[in-house]
Amino acid sequence: MNAFLEPFGYEFFRHSMLASLMVGALCGLIGVYIVLRGMSYIGHGLSHAAFGGAVVGFTLNLNFYVGAGVMGLVAALLINQVTKGGKIKSDAAIGIVTTAFFALGVAIISHARKFTKSFDAALFGNILGVTNDDLLVIAVVTIITMGMVFFMYKPLLFSTFDPDAANVFGIKTGWVQLAFSIILTLAVIGSMNVVGVTMIAATLIMPAVTARMMTDSFSRMLIYSMIIGAITGVGGMYLSYTFNVASGATIVLFGASLFCLVGLIKFIQDKMLLHEHIHNHETLVHTHSHDHHQDHEHTHAELQAEAPPKKTTLT
Amino acid sequence: MTTDSQIAVSLKDVTVGYGNKVVFGHLSLEVPAGQFVGIVGPTGSGKTTLLKTILGTSPVFAGEVRLFGQSVERLAPGTLGYVPQLESVDWSFPVTVEQVILMGLYTEARLWPWPSREQRQRVHDLADRLGIHDVLHHHIVNISGGQRQRAFLARALISNPKLLVLDEPTAGVDIKTQHDVMHLLGDLSANGITILLTTHDLNAVASHLPWVMCFNKGLVAQGPPRDIFTPAILNQTYGGDMVIIEYHGHYLIANAAPLHLHNH
Repeated sequence: MNAFLEPFGYEFFRHSMLASLMVGALCGLIGVYIVLRGMSYIGHGLSHAAFGGAVVGFTLNLNFYVGAGVMGLVAALLINQVTKGGKIKSDAAIGIVTTAFFALGVAIISHARKFTKSFDAALFGNILGVTNDDLLVIAVVTIITMGMVFFMYKPLLFSTFDPDAANVFGIKTGWVQLAFSIILTLAVIGSMNVVGVTMIAATLIMPAVTARMMTDSFSRMLIYSMIIGAITGVGGMYLSYTFNVASGATIVLFGASLFCLVGLIKFIQDKMLLHEHIHNHETLVHTHSHDHHQDHEHTHAELQAEAPPKKTTLT
Repeated sequence: MTTDSQIAVSLKDVTVGYGNKVVFGHLSLEVPAGQFVGIVGPTGSGKTTLLKTILGTSPVFAGEVRLFGQSVERLAPGTLGYVPQLESVDWSFPVTVEQVILMGLYTEARLWPWPSREQRQRVHDLADRLGIHDVLHHHIVNISGGQRQRAFLARALISNPKLLVLDEPTAGVDIKTQHDVMHLLGDLSANGITILLTTHDLNAVASHLPWVMCFNKGLVAQGPPRDIFTPAILNQTYGGDMVIIEYHGHYLIANAAPLHLHNH
């Protein structure tokens, strides 16, 4: 037990655990909307654009979050604009806009050659990289995001499910999309230093997809995804310390393991339900005892009407 | 003389399209309040675009669209009810029937994400009326085609709209459900709701609707089905021969192509 608690004696570890808890819950929450909108790779793209922005910002002596934030937001708004006409789908728009912004960052790095700042933490996530400023940024972003998702629950849900109808019913879908782009960008930038640019897409997608396997209710999916995200963040960060591996990688691998575990449980559960269903029907036929002298057949509906099978629920 | 509020839908010299492509141009039409209208026409004729124009979701290049004397943007929330094509719905989305119906109340001023007791009661009462009360807590993929249609109809009706617009409500459902939906819409029309729907089912229009618009990149003809469903107008609308049979006061419309093949 002491060995388990030992890392909590270090301040940097407590910071990292707190950061990963918030980032996990934050990404889990936002991820639900991303997955259901069919734009799973938006997180991947935006984090690359934000990375380009961070590099540009560094050359202009700006704060990491200012450069990343401005570029990330511009990229998110551009993606919205490009997809508006309907001719270019969101996956293509993400590919064009965010790669161009990332390329800008790479071009600046390669041109400047001598860079005193290391961007390893932003690229791969770093357990040692979580500063007080990072914690503050993540906490503010988490609170803003949760507040917006809470108070915009209805328009966000409707415009995610059926944007055309939402518009007709009086939801200002353009504003909802803009608000969503802002909180998504904030979430991506807030998470970058913990999970890293290369791993952020998985942190956004995995908890949501795992939660989707567990429920058919939207509100429950939001809650489950947040909890799974938080567990993934904390578990992954602990493993990162234990095995001395980049935090982004361990968080993603831990999330993937949870996804596989839930998938396996769901698979076994479905098999058992199917078996139970078949077994019930077999019993139905065997217990249907009467004189078969008459030449007739029983339809499935007749058998069900005589003895309905046990009620089963899939969720 | 009809006042603005007695005209549910008014299009004046409207031209609509996407990008640089015009779908239909210089269209003018009026639908009186309380009318039950079926819009028919071949695939690609612009029926859905016409509905979207009325709903305010298609870009209008020129002309004026007014609903109950006002532009769509100025209508009070809940005035419009809309049932989309069921084919366009994402059935894997994690929502229950109750959550779908509640979406129709999302523009009502309420800060909290969860519905009020009164809103929930309204959903239950409407679901009861439409015969879907038993499936309120089912996921939308786990209900029948008829129940799905009723769930989306309930979402459109929950705010007591003055104008109900339905995009192919009889597509993809069995014949019994088609009749049930049409009867239900007939009852709603009798209660004073203006209803506009598009459909490919000419026989359903002939037997259930008092007014029909034949549309093909423009209004070909409009009037009661018995006046409009003539071989000449249907040929002009669809570009093919149709056979119209009158049977005990009902009209049956069929494609004449098989008869031509038989004669050959």
